[in-house]
Amino acid sequence: MTTAPGLPRRRPFLKVDMRQFLLALGLLLWLALPARAQDAYTAALPGLAGSFGDIATSVEQLGALGDPRALPLLRALQEGKLQKTADGRLLLPGPVDAATGQPTDAAGAETVRLNNRVRQALRGALGRLQLVSPDAAERATAADAIFRSRSAEDVPLLQAAIAREADAGVKARMELALAAAQLVAPDESAKRDAIARLGAAGTVEARALLIEARAANPSMVTAIDVSIATIDRALSIRRAAETLFQGLSLGSVLLLAALGLAVTFGVMGVINMAHGEFVMLGAYATFVVQEACRGIPWLAPWSLPLSVPAAFLVAAAAGAVLERGLIRHLYGRPLETLLMTFGVGMILQQAVRTIFGAQNREVTSPAWMQGTLMLPGGIAVTQNRLWIIVFGIAVLLLVIAAIRFTRFGLEMRAVVQNRRIAATMGIRTGRVDALTFAFGSGIAGMAGVALSQIDNVSPNLGTGYIIDSFMVVVFGGVGSLAGTLVGALTLGVVNKVLEPYAGAVLAKVFVLVAIMLFIQRRPRGLFALKGRAAES
Amino acid sequence: MSEPVLYLDGVSVVFDGFKALNNLSLIVDAGELRAIIGPNGAGKTTMMDVITGKTRPTAGVVRFREHDLTRLDEATIANLGIGRKFQKPTMFDALTVFENLELALKAPRGPLACLRWVLSGEARRRIESVMEEVGLSARAGDRAAILSHGQRQWLEIGMLLMQDPELLLVDEPVAGMTDQETEHTAALLVRIAGQRSVVVVEHDLEFVRALGSKVTVLCEGTMLSEGSIDHVQNDPRVIEVYLGR
Amino acid sequence: MSASLAVPAPGGFGRMTLRLVLIGAVLILALLPALNRLPADSALHVSDFIVSITGKWITYAILALAIDLAWGYAGILSLGHGAFFALGGYAIGMHLMRLIGPRGVYGHPTLPDFMVFLGYQELPWYWLGFDHFPFAILMAMLVPGLLAGVVGFLAFRSRITGVYLSIITQALTYALMLAFFRNDMGFGGNNGFTDFKELLGMPLNTSAARSTLFYASLLLLLGALWLCSWVAQSKLGRVLVAIRDAESRVRFLGYDVTRHKLFVFVLSAMIAGLAGALYVPQVGIINPGEFSPGNSIEAVIWVAVGGRGTLIGALLGAFSVNALKTWLTTVAPDLWLFALGGLFVAVTLFLPRGLIGLFSKAPR
Repeated sequence: MTTAPGLPRRRPFLKVDMRQFLLALGLLLWLALPARAQDAYTAALPGLAGSFGDIATSVEQLGALGDPRALPLLRALQEGKLQKTADGRLLLPGPVDAATGQPTDAAGAETVRLNNRVRQALRGALGRLQLVSPDAAERATAADAIFRSRSAEDVPLLQAAIAREADAGVKARMELALAAAQLVAPDESAKRDAIARLGAAGTVEARALLIEARAANPSMVTAIDVSIATIDRALSIRRAAETLFQGLSLGSVLLLAALGLAVTFGVMGVINMAHGEFVMLGAYATFVVQEACRGIPWLAPWSLPLSVPAAFLVAAAAGAVLERGLIRHLYGRPLETLLMTFGVGMILQQAVRTIFGAQNREVTSPAWMQGTLMLPGGIAVTQNRLWIIVFGIAVLLLVIAAIRFTRFGLEMRAVVQNRRIAATMGIRTGRVDALTFAFGSGIAGMAGVALSQIDNVSPNLGTGYIIDSFMVVVFGGVGSLAGTLVGALTLGVVNKVLEPYAGAVLAKVFVLVAIMLFIQRRPRGLFALKGRAAES
Repeated sequence: MSEPVLYLDGVSVVFDGFKALNNLSLIVDAGELRAIIGPNGAGKTTMMDVITGKTRPTAGVVRFREHDLTRLDEATIANLGIGRKFQKPTMFDALTVFENLELALKAPRGPLACLRWVLSGEARRRIESVMEEVGLSARAGDRAAILSHGQRQWLEIGMLLMQDPELLLVDEPVAGMTDQETEHTAALLVRIAGQRSVVVVEHDLEFVRALGSKVTVLCEGTMLSEGSIDHVQNDPRVIEVYLGR
Repeated sequence: MSASLAVPAPGGFGRMTLRLVLIGAVLILALLPALNRLPADSALHVSDFIVSITGKWITYAILALAIDLAWGYAGILSLGHGAFFALGGYAIGMHLMRLIGPRGVYGHPTLPDFMVFLGYQELPWYWLGFDHFPFAILMAMLVPGLLAGVVGFLAFRSRITGVYLSIITQALTYALMLAFFRNDMGFGGNNGFTDFKELLGMPLNTSAARSTLFYASLLLLLGALWLCSWVAQSKLGRVLVAIRDAESRVRFLGYDVTRHKLFVFVLSAMIAGLAGALYVPQVGIINPGEFSPGNSIEAVIWVAVGGRGTLIGALLGAFSVNALKTWLTTVAPDLWLFALGGLFVAVTLFLPRGLIGLFSKAPR
């Protein structure tokens, strides 16, 4: 069966290649179908210029056709852009004659009016038309529309569509719509089947449908109730999962803000009230990097990752200067350190206000961080929050690694445990202090990068987080990174769990009170250091 | 009589797996003077912490007369009649010698009582006599911060006397003292022990010998030996601990 | 009781001299409202602005005294004293709101405007009694006292000291700020209370009211000074100093440290509450911003600048820092926060005993 085209070779007329035959047949059918529909399409048109009843009938006819031209026509009708002339021609916006598709004039045309019956018919018709659209997203939308409007007539339509459908996601939605339609159809066994499937779907909409059906189908109340209970279970699991996610996301924000504090306050014992301002500096560093990258198109989407080291360096440098210049003169006087660093925080805020202005600066999220991710079970997760959780864990691992596995971490632990011995072993304790403080401050700067994604970048960005961060460190146990992690996540989740009942503000107040009561029982926090070290 | 003033039985204190006290038992009778010796880390200070309520024992019984000390806080224990002198002399540096003694003087301890407190002639005389005793009369108006180490030892002993306790816990009282002062301290403690019970922790064996009291040797949180100074000095286990390593 | 004004046994600077300076300062203050009555063209005339701002500073000075009593003597660095001050202010503010009566915008006979606006049908129960002045004044002391009592009890009992206590008290005032910002708390939300009309039958915003409030503040200042110096010079004061310097040692002497700290903390909170009660009628407004943690810590710095542990120092600091603030915010408003931040740094690093430390040798 060699049929190299263009070869001058005589062939018997009747000896037709099977493949060519099938192709030709398909082509014929393809040509014939629209042609047939075209007739029906044209035939349905005059009704649209008639009474409301005529319009509705025509709309229903057009909806059943599956003609590609019916879609823009019905959309125009729905949007109030379809016009009719005195002689009964229909004009699409352009104006274009709806029957011929040719441009025409619109003299004396008036808009085709709608009433509720027509609107309802339109919704159904459009829904059906979209069900055969080549665009998968449109088909899915159509399935959802039918799910909402649902009528018994849609059953065959949907069944046909499901049989054709290749996209699994769209197919699932069509099947849901089918179940909804079957619920109002007379077929009893299909109805029972639909009830079970709706129950398994586990959505709020399915639940509403079932509640509606409960009154209409007294014989199936038991089955419906079982399905509703299934949905309720699924919904509460999903709600819990979403609350948990929000809590973890808030927790990771707290973790980022508190991690630096866990180093400077927890490990070094230096209370730095300017910590929040270091976070703020990190956020402004992010803003500056973004502005710098703006002119370079290939770099612009990567400005956020670039600003992580930038923010770290800026805040770390500020921390080193603060430690060497001021804080070290106040070692052993925590209350004075507290006041002094508060003053430094004020100066930093005012300096940033002077340089960048008091108004909020906007840091945009790169495209790869935007949007919402649907997890299995219908759990919606915003991408940037997800990235913040990832970032928080990454920074935590970084801190642990730096403390555990580096020379600097070793020297730092040595100085914390016994400064004098460390000094006699040749560790330059002053340098270690400065580096440790710079490290903690740098982490605060990295927290600023994350906060720039979810909060306004303004000079007082840090003040909102400083108290929470201290609460995390105190709650978790001073000097314990594990405590900081658990403390931050616990506070985040508890806050979000309480929010629906108490509102965001009261949830916060409640958490503060709870922490005060908690440290009644464990004054040294969740992960207290025990033994002689903790006695002093 | 014969009811012990201080009764410790099976007391253990565990810090992070480290046994600071290990099944320690100790009985101190009324009016007794007891010396406690032991190498560094033997648990001497921890024992005092347990008796004064600073540290809660992990296990064991700690009784002062009929009171269970493991349930009481430091202030209550102090008010029951247990006074303590710390290894490192601790007092109130911003206050004068006189004021330090005044604070220690046995008197109502509540805030309102302190607010209304008026120094009576009798109280003044008592403070002055204690200052005489500890040799600080000339420094009555000086702030404690400017005293020498020896004087601070004396001031803290003076504060202990002002409290008029039934049981005195004295941790290394003669560190930093001259020989003469050491003798004076020993005589003072022996004299007190007539009416009070005194527990002295000390490294200075000459001083312990001067006390002439029963000696308890602690090692690794538990009692190693007990008896007269000669007895414990000849106890092979004690010799091993002190000299063997 | 002028003999008991708490001045630290000063070395270079005589006790007598300090007392004379103090008496002189009080006399000058006492003269201000009288000089305000002089004709405007008189050389000695004092403007309304000076009188009202000095009256405000006097209440600040009382707040500073309260902070100093807790911090300078007992070592309790509260970063939430602004909350006690604000609560006292809210108590008197509720009284002032009740006195507006039907003269509000909505003309409701009992409900304040904001309640009418928010659709309240009747006064919430916790507003009852505030139509009586003595009740409001009592509450201005009791509410801060009670709050301090509860917080102090919980904190001191679990031996939360030092910076931990500071952070807890800061969280407290922060939480209160958030709470008072809420409309459904029944305290006017964001806007708080304002548009007061009268107090004790005296229309506010007249010079008679100004001078009455001024003298009341001055009297309270002297009363607070007398009370604080009584505490400071009693044995209780020495116990507090001892607690500040070596808390656990005090316990081993048999003092119940929790009770002593609680006593002074509650006393301090009540003084702060009264100061707030005199502040609000003078400035004519109270809103949740008064709870902001920044306010509390600013008040702490007054004490640090003047010299903590000396009551005179607290007064000196309150007046001098606020004078600086008033001057700077007029001539160079942008510089004020730099200056205030700089004050925090400079005082802690270079002047740990404050301005008073420049004059006297022996710290307490």
